[in-house]
Amino acid sequence: MKKLFLGVLTALTLVAGSSIAATLDDVKARGNLLCGVSTGAPGFATVDDSGKNVGFDVDYCRALAAAIFGDPMAVKFVPLTSAVRFTALAAGEVDILARNTTWTYSRDTDLKQTFLGVNYYDGQGFMVKKDLGVKSTLELDGATVCIQVGTTTELNLADYFKENGMSYEPVPTADNAESQQQYLAGACDTYTTDASALHGTRVNLENPDAHLVLPEIISKEPLGPLVRHGDDQWADIGRWVLNALVIAEEKGITKANIDSWGDTKDAEIHRLLGTGDTDILAMMGMPKNALYNAIKAGGNYGEIFENNLGATGGINIERGVNASWTKGGILYSPPFR
Amino acid sequence: MSSTNLPSEKFRLGMLLSDTRYRGTSLQVITFIIFVAVFFWLVDNTLKNLALLGKDVSFAFLGMRAGYDINQRLIPYTNDSTHAMAAFVGILNTLLCAFVGCIIATIVGVFVGILRLSKNWIVAKLMSVYIEGFRNVPVLLWIVMVFALLTEFTPAPKAFKGANPEATMFLFDSIAITNRGTYLPAPVWGQGSTFLIIIFLISVLAVIFFIRYAKELKKNTGRNMPSFWISIGILIVPTVLFYFILGKPVELNYPYLKGFNFKEGIHLRNSFIALTLALAFYTSAFIAEIVRSGILAISKGQTEAAASLGMKPNKIMSLIILPQALRVIVPPLISNYLNLTKNSSLAIAVGYMDVRGTLGGITLNQTGRELESMLLLMGFYLSVSLFISSIINWFNRSFQIVVR
Ligand SMILES: N[C@@H](CCC(=O)N[C@@H](CS)C(=O)NCC(=O)O)C(=O)O
Repeated sequence: MKKLFLGVLTALTLVAGSSIAATLDDVKARGNLLCGVSTGAPGFATVDDSGKNVGFDVDYCRALAAAIFGDPMAVKFVPLTSAVRFTALAAGEVDILARNTTWTYSRDTDLKQTFLGVNYYDGQGFMVKKDLGVKSTLELDGATVCIQVGTTTELNLADYFKENGMSYEPVPTADNAESQQQYLAGACDTYTTDASALHGTRVNLENPDAHLVLPEIISKEPLGPLVRHGDDQWADIGRWVLNALVIAEEKGITKANIDSWGDTKDAEIHRLLGTGDTDILAMMGMPKNALYNAIKAGGNYGEIFENNLGATGGINIERGVNASWTKGGILYSPPFR
Repeated sequence: MSSTNLPSEKFRLGMLLSDTRYRGTSLQVITFIIFVAVFFWLVDNTLKNLALLGKDVSFAFLGMRAGYDINQRLIPYTNDSTHAMAAFVGILNTLLCAFVGCIIATIVGVFVGILRLSKNWIVAKLMSVYIEGFRNVPVLLWIVMVFALLTEFTPAPKAFKGANPEATMFLFDSIAITNRGTYLPAPVWGQGSTFLIIIFLISVLAVIFFIRYAKELKKNTGRNMPSFWISIGILIVPTVLFYFILGKPVELNYPYLKGFNFKEGIHLRNSFIALTLALAFYTSAFIAEIVRSGILAISKGQTEAAASLGMKPNKIMSLIILPQALRVIVPPLISNYLNLTKNSSLAIAVGYMDVRGTLGGITLNQTGRELESMLLLMGFYLSVSLFISSIINWFNRSFQIVVR
């Protein structure tokens, strides 16, 4: 229903006229950021017991809001299913999507989205119940597979089974909750989506030990925030907030110690935190302390990861390739100058 | 002064609106101009805004590889097929659900509608409860509820495994009801089955001729034949006879458990069953009311007149009341078929891959062609609706009461 509604909505917005440029002005005039997040992917975007939005993607949006308003709470989160997210972004329902979304060629060119970078290098995995006795995805011939519609994962699934000469029966679902319910009811043998989300989902199940995420990763899923084509300034802001969080980790700037860098000899840190004489943040139309506020909001990239996806977040995902390049990972920001 | 004085013939522009002779036409012209202007403004604005987003309007995506799989396919389709094919698979799924749903809804609806008029208090009340229950709960809830019942309370295929399985198949191991759907035996059309089908079709024709003949006979001589039993005989006997003569060309392929799922047989997915049944029951409640009102619309005098001629109650119903009631029943009945068809677009709630799920769902989403997909989708539902309403119109024209 919602999808249909959004489809019509886009059509109407297209008809009624929408402002493409100057998203920043719109956001400022509105007084808050509209951030599209997932309807519920543990670790990435969920609502906690007190009704607060939490998660890895949520924290990125908070950092962006802090950069713009100096207030990490000036965000309105719009939960979007995988199927409606691009329509919602194109229709101006949200200013930015931070919703475990894979950066692909066709989304970039054909769907006219601008990806701001990668905040999580992911890949597609499969989860099964242990008592199914399956140890590898290659044993899944003939299985019934729960899969969310409107995702890259549904396309990879088709390719992977074809490549390996296996058949399967797809059970299309609208969101994570539905997949999970179908999977638990045994209406499908396996649930497939981004491995990160599978791990997050698994630890939140009643009996996590009864479930297994199979070892194979069948695709590359570089996840990142995105905005619609056509507003480069807005894209720059989102991109450099993300980069700032990565640089902050690289430099050891944390939420706790961020105020103690006044005397550092590192010029990049001064540029980043706005503590130096030159104000290069004006180049993208932002106040001098914008990135300082962004980092202060939820800490650097590593802290955000740890709090949501790591041990503190209760999901225990290893940093792996998502570690900073200085620590053997592939997270690497262009220089801030 | 005489009151027949005509107004001055000289034409003033203001008269276009003030003079009743011109007002009608001028208002129509104005409305038309406004309509055209608004229409062009909408189209122009849409195109401009699409251009602003860097998008064009193009249907080329229909010819491109779809890339996704669809579970229920009535025609051959793989993920290498085009988006147009995917849309077509979806259309057939929509029509299948609508077709089966309409048949079930009609049967149940007529039944419930007649029973609601029953003199038996309990039966009549039970039918009222049925009707009010289904009519007054949104159909989406029914769909989701039937689906939840089917997935949560039926055994997984795994439960059929082992020496002492938790679940067993029904009817001599021919039907398996699982939380992924119901598996039925599928006919296998062997050699000679074409011939068998032809025999059957001929029998159908023969039945039609026989019924005509029986009617004529009744008209001319007043003799009643047990036409029902004779028709059944004509329909079944030759086909069964030839089935054995031809050496059983049609066999049943029973579903059996292999690996994760049942193989062979016909797989009725729970999404299909839930959607179709929920739509059918929901619509049947409306149909029941239509049938009831149709019957009540026939004046009581007709029943009494027939009864005084010595007709039995079921004859009165089938020969006197129902034929006349049909005039009242059929038009709203067909418009309920229309509703059922449109409501089938709620399929996405249970993951049934109808045209909304393929073209208006995955295709729309993977290609980002919202406007085009929505236009096509609207075009599809519009043509189905127009087709169905043209049937109503045709019916009305052919069955109007001719006043002589
Ligand atoms: N990365 C893939 C998949 C994204 C996706 O839908 N992930 C699931 C993982 S659980 C999700 O976020 N679901 C939450 C929801 O349904 O809103 C894509 O971009 O297409």
